[in-house]
Amino acid sequence: MKPDPSVLLRRRIVNYCMLVLFTLAIFISIGALTAILWKLSFSGLKAFSPDVFLKSTPAPGSSGGLLNAILGSVILIVTAMVAAIPLGVLAGTYLAEYGRTSRLGDVIRFCNDILLSAPSIVIGLFIYGIIVLPSKHFSAWAGAASLCLIAIPVIVRTSEDMLRLVPNSLREAGVALGCPYWKMIVKIGWKSARPGIITGIILALARISGETAPLLFTSLNNQFTTLSMNVPISSLPIVIFQFAMSPYKDWQNLAWAGAFLITITVLGLSIFARQMLSPKRRS
Amino acid sequence: MVPASGVDKVPAPNEDAEDFHLPSGLHFEGPFKILTRLSAILIIGVMAGIFLLLVLESVPVFHKFGFSFITASSWNPVSNKFGALASIVGTLATSFIAVLFGVPLALGSALFLNELCPFKLRSPLSTMIELLAAIPSIIYGMWGLFVMVPIMSHFIQPAMIKHCGHIPYVGGLFQGPPFGIGTLTAGLILSVMILPFIASVSLQAFATVPASLREAAYGTGANVWEVCRTVLIPFTKASLIGAIMLGLGRALGETMAVTFVIGNAHRLSVSLLAPGTTISATLANEFAEAFGDTYISSLLALGLILFLITFVILMITRMLFLYDKRRIPV
Repeated sequence: MKPDPSVLLRRRIVNYCMLVLFTLAIFISIGALTAILWKLSFSGLKAFSPDVFLKSTPAPGSSGGLLNAILGSVILIVTAMVAAIPLGVLAGTYLAEYGRTSRLGDVIRFCNDILLSAPSIVIGLFIYGIIVLPSKHFSAWAGAASLCLIAIPVIVRTSEDMLRLVPNSLREAGVALGCPYWKMIVKIGWKSARPGIITGIILALARISGETAPLLFTSLNNQFTTLSMNVPISSLPIVIFQFAMSPYKDWQNLAWAGAFLITITVLGLSIFARQMLSPKRRS
Repeated sequence: MVPASGVDKVPAPNEDAEDFHLPSGLHFEGPFKILTRLSAILIIGVMAGIFLLLVLESVPVFHKFGFSFITASSWNPVSNKFGALASIVGTLATSFIAVLFGVPLALGSALFLNELCPFKLRSPLSTMIELLAAIPSIIYGMWGLFVMVPIMSHFIQPAMIKHCGHIPYVGGLFQGPPFGIGTLTAGLILSVMILPFIASVSLQAFATVPASLREAAYGTGANVWEVCRTVLIPFTKASLIGAIMLGLGRALGETMAVTFVIGNAHRLSVSLLAPGTTISATLANEFAEAFGDTYISSLLALGLILFLITFVILMITRMLFLYDKRRIPV
């Protein structure tokens, strides 16, 4: 039977149209990334100067930098990660080793999946309710706690996934030699899964570095440099938000400098994490 | 362990013997297990805590306003009257626009990468798409405010008002002054933000399609689009819908990018070009400056509504992924 030429033609035309649309879609997607990075580097680098790292945030109309914001962000992030890393890795270990098939493990896995994708602003509300309301003031502790709660699910999930990749024969070999179970986990499980677990930690770090919403009503903002955890503290994302929404040109420029700084950090961390997990490194 | 000094002289294990000892660190076994379990249970605690806190804090609001908290649209801190309708509608409208534009872009990009892309370009291009997901949302917000908003107000919105404003039935969506900020701009920025999630999850799903199926389709003479339509998409249906729901969940809860460009107006308006607000933008704009118990409780009740909406979406997402024996991606 000879194929109907009109059908063939129609199939071909439809195919070409769809292919053009696919190509268009990828062009728009990549174009969006390029446009964002272009504007960011252009405006960010223009506003960049040593003052950004040396001076505190200015009053409108005067010159200044982002020193207190950068310092505040570092304090918040380090505090959050110090708490999130052990909690996250231990919880991930429980899910992958002890609670692999238990009912409790399933419930925890479910909760973790929900927390992983829950809106970060809701986490901020929670911390507001349990720390800011009872203590009656905004504080760096509250900000760090909300960042910590955002980092934990990421670390739990990647630690669990990576520990599950460790072959059971390795575990059995360890236990058969008389190794206590916990020692087997530490010396065999964690050791084999280390690159993956570190990747998860870096991903969590990247995620909380740019996080703004939960800090709005936990750590608030502070015009001055502070090292105390009991008072509101300035942070880079909040300063960017405040300065970018302001009508003052020099504040907006500083916001671009800060935005550039954050994006470089976050993208750098993401690319580094990806490199660690690439097939070349894994083998 | 006991040293075996000779073949015929294997000493019996005797716990009293001086040179016998159990494997070192056995007494850590219990504490270690309890420690890991406590850390894991903390996650349930956080989840339950969020629910409990939001429910308890919003009880007075629902007590005072009843169901009208959800159906009323006036939001007036001065007269202490709060209705969440404008925020809820804004959240749903921006997310709908985001999915409307984001899904075709994401699926198109994923299909391009899977079927058309030259092999050498594949890895760099998919990395670039994933980098789009790594950019913090506040950067999207700034970019939206300083780049998108001027473009929208000078070129796109005037054209829309001129050409689409008079179409019967849907014309109302495109009327009003071209502010640049508003529901449409927020939705468009969200669509770029959710695109990488949908695209990378779809790509992972396409990778699970057996090569023999694709080859069989090509072998019987199907062209690229027909392979996509009859093999790739049907085979990965559950995961693809899951990916879209995942993107929807992100769009619903996204805060900073929206806050920059939505305009924060508690007003119900038919036009997509008018300033509006979303639940998360309201929280971001007003929470730190809220005064009075009713105001704060109303904001926390908004948070509860947002959490419930995203919770339902995430439950559906999770089930769809489990159907394909996968889990919600990080």
